[in-house]
Amino acid sequence: MNPVYYLYLASLLFTIGAAGVLIRRNAIVVFMCVELMLNACNLAFVTFSRLHGNLDGQIIAFFTMVVAAAEVVVGLAIIVSVFRSRHSASVDDASLMKL
Amino acid sequence: MSATVVHSLWTTTAAGGIDKIPSPTIEYAQLAPTLIVAGAAVLGILIEAFIPRKGRYHAQLFLSLVALAAAFASVVALAAGGYGTTKKHIAAMGAIAIDGPSLFLQGTILLASVVAVFTFAERRLDPESHGNRVDSFAAQAAAVPGSDSEKAAVRAGFTTTEVFPLALFAVAGMLVFPAANDLLTLFIALEVFSLPLYLLCALARRKRLMSQEAAVKYFLLGAFSSAFLLFGIALLYGYAGSVSYARIAEVVDGTVQSVSPALADTMGNDALLLIGGALILMGLLFKVGAVPFHMWTPDVYQGAPTPVTGFMAAATKVAAFGALLRLLYVVLPGLRWDWRPVMWAVVIVTMLGGAIVAITQTDIKRLLAYSSIAHAGFILAGVIAATPDGISSVLFYLAAYSFVTIGAFAVVTLVRDAGGEATHLSKWAGLGRRSPLVAAVFAVFLLAFAGIPLTSGFSGKFAVFKAAADGGAGALVVVGVIASAIAAFFYIRVIVLMFFSEPKPEGPTVAVPSALTTMAIGVGVVVTLVLGVAPQYFLDLASQAGGFVR
Repeated sequence: MNPVYYLYLASLLFTIGAAGVLIRRNAIVVFMCVELMLNACNLAFVTFSRLHGNLDGQIIAFFTMVVAAAEVVVGLAIIVSVFRSRHSASVDDASLMKL
Repeated sequence: MSATVVHSLWTTTAAGGIDKIPSPTIEYAQLAPTLIVAGAAVLGILIEAFIPRKGRYHAQLFLSLVALAAAFASVVALAAGGYGTTKKHIAAMGAIAIDGPSLFLQGTILLASVVAVFTFAERRLDPESHGNRVDSFAAQAAAVPGSDSEKAAVRAGFTTTEVFPLALFAVAGMLVFPAANDLLTLFIALEVFSLPLYLLCALARRKRLMSQEAAVKYFLLGAFSSAFLLFGIALLYGYAGSVSYARIAEVVDGTVQSVSPALADTMGNDALLLIGGALILMGLLFKVGAVPFHMWTPDVYQGAPTPVTGFMAAATKVAAFGALLRLLYVVLPGLRWDWRPVMWAVVIVTMLGGAIVAITQTDIKRLLAYSSIAHAGFILAGVIAATPDGISSVLFYLAAYSFVTIGAFAVVTLVRDAGGEATHLSKWAGLGRRSPLVAAVFAVFLLAFAGIPLTSGFSGKFAVFKAAADGGAGALVVVGVIASAIAAFFYIRVIVLMFFSEPKPEGPTVAVPSALTTMAIGVGVVVTLVLGVAPQYFLDLASQAGGFVR
């Protein structure tokens, strides 16, 4: 099977993730969309690794997973602390600093 | 490429036995600055675990300052050993570049961090609560603001001493960021310095809701932009078959020696190169705070605890500009005719946008945030010069700018009323009558931001604009000067407000700081004046450091 199809799939997933970040209101869902974008990057890395016949892309995919995990730790900590003090995880409610 | 070939890459080495895998050579001495700071950050975590609460503050402060000083000493030792000029090379199996710009920027980041740590450690500004001195950070980050558990934490005198190791982790990432010599290291360094900053933003003692809001905004937008950066890295990897800067530059220039059939195929696909390059540029411009990607800057700068804002505004900018310079000068010089027009547009909207929107601001921290956007535009003007002078002028500007910024935000922490810092501009009216010294110091910083002669801002701006004009961007310099004039208007307006209007009876008071903040502000003033009056030595230093290793 032509690996280029996986690149199309990766771009599609990335676009869905990016659109989700812009459209969705709940901070958790926005964050899940960011994770989807990172996974799309992983798919692209692995596909290119296969295309070029070297392992760099597959190694980078592992690094990306670790980074994504670290981001979850930090991100959920922040989102949960906001939720506890405001009882809302909507990104639209966070507007104390508007002029 | 068949699946068996890729599979065999994993299996052949393993079948050959573990001793067949060559061990990587790491030049530990040359990586010492980063290793010292990262090691101290890990030690800081252990201090949190094992030292009793009473002793943590002093232990953490001592450890942070010693580590940053030791790291700075090793940067100086490397520079004196010629690693910035004659012995510049690529260390750690191609991951880290040891050269003039990386050593200069690492030195700048470390000095700026020392000053920032002074402001982190300040415990005299807030009145004592329950007999305990308190700093700018929340008593307990996990406690809901205004809840019983928070009151209990305040009564018990808890402090968030974790800010010191968090800051050290961020500094370690920032030290790697401008020195990264492959795209994977670039991405990891970006995350290593961003994640602690997201947390630091959420830790303000006063106005916690605003602080948490700033953190959530910074985090979501930062993660969004780093996903774009990562996808750009994936596309460039697909284009060149490697993430090493040198290799990608060769493929872009078409001077690559051995071309496999797969590489010949992807090399012909300019879409991979152009989209990949653009996405990586986007990720870096976000960290720099350039205009289409600046939306987070005012909110995060306003909401974050002011010492953190100063640290972020100075050190992040230095690190991000270093990475941007290396990307444009080492990886993508072959694409110069494609990225220069785009960057022209970014520079113009950044300079004008930052300066014009700043005029309408009524909060001093937001004002400084928009001013930092305008300054990002000025620095970018030097970046697109694409000449050796461009590099050295940007290095000088970054060094000058970072100390002014930390100093200015340190002054902001001093002006307080019952609700904490009085950041609304109307409260600053007549400050010059009430405390002339603080107002005068702040005026010096504002004049430096405006680029008035005899301050570091003037020498920096002059160097950057001169490099841009020599690099064939004369029109850009004209726009830059107009933007500076607009920016000068609102800086001068604050000075006029401080000195020539009547103080209000219920106005804010100026807290008397301990030696720590005094030192931070003092260093800022001294650097501002020295770089303004006698910049030549430092300009020479920056131009000696101006050569990237390829």
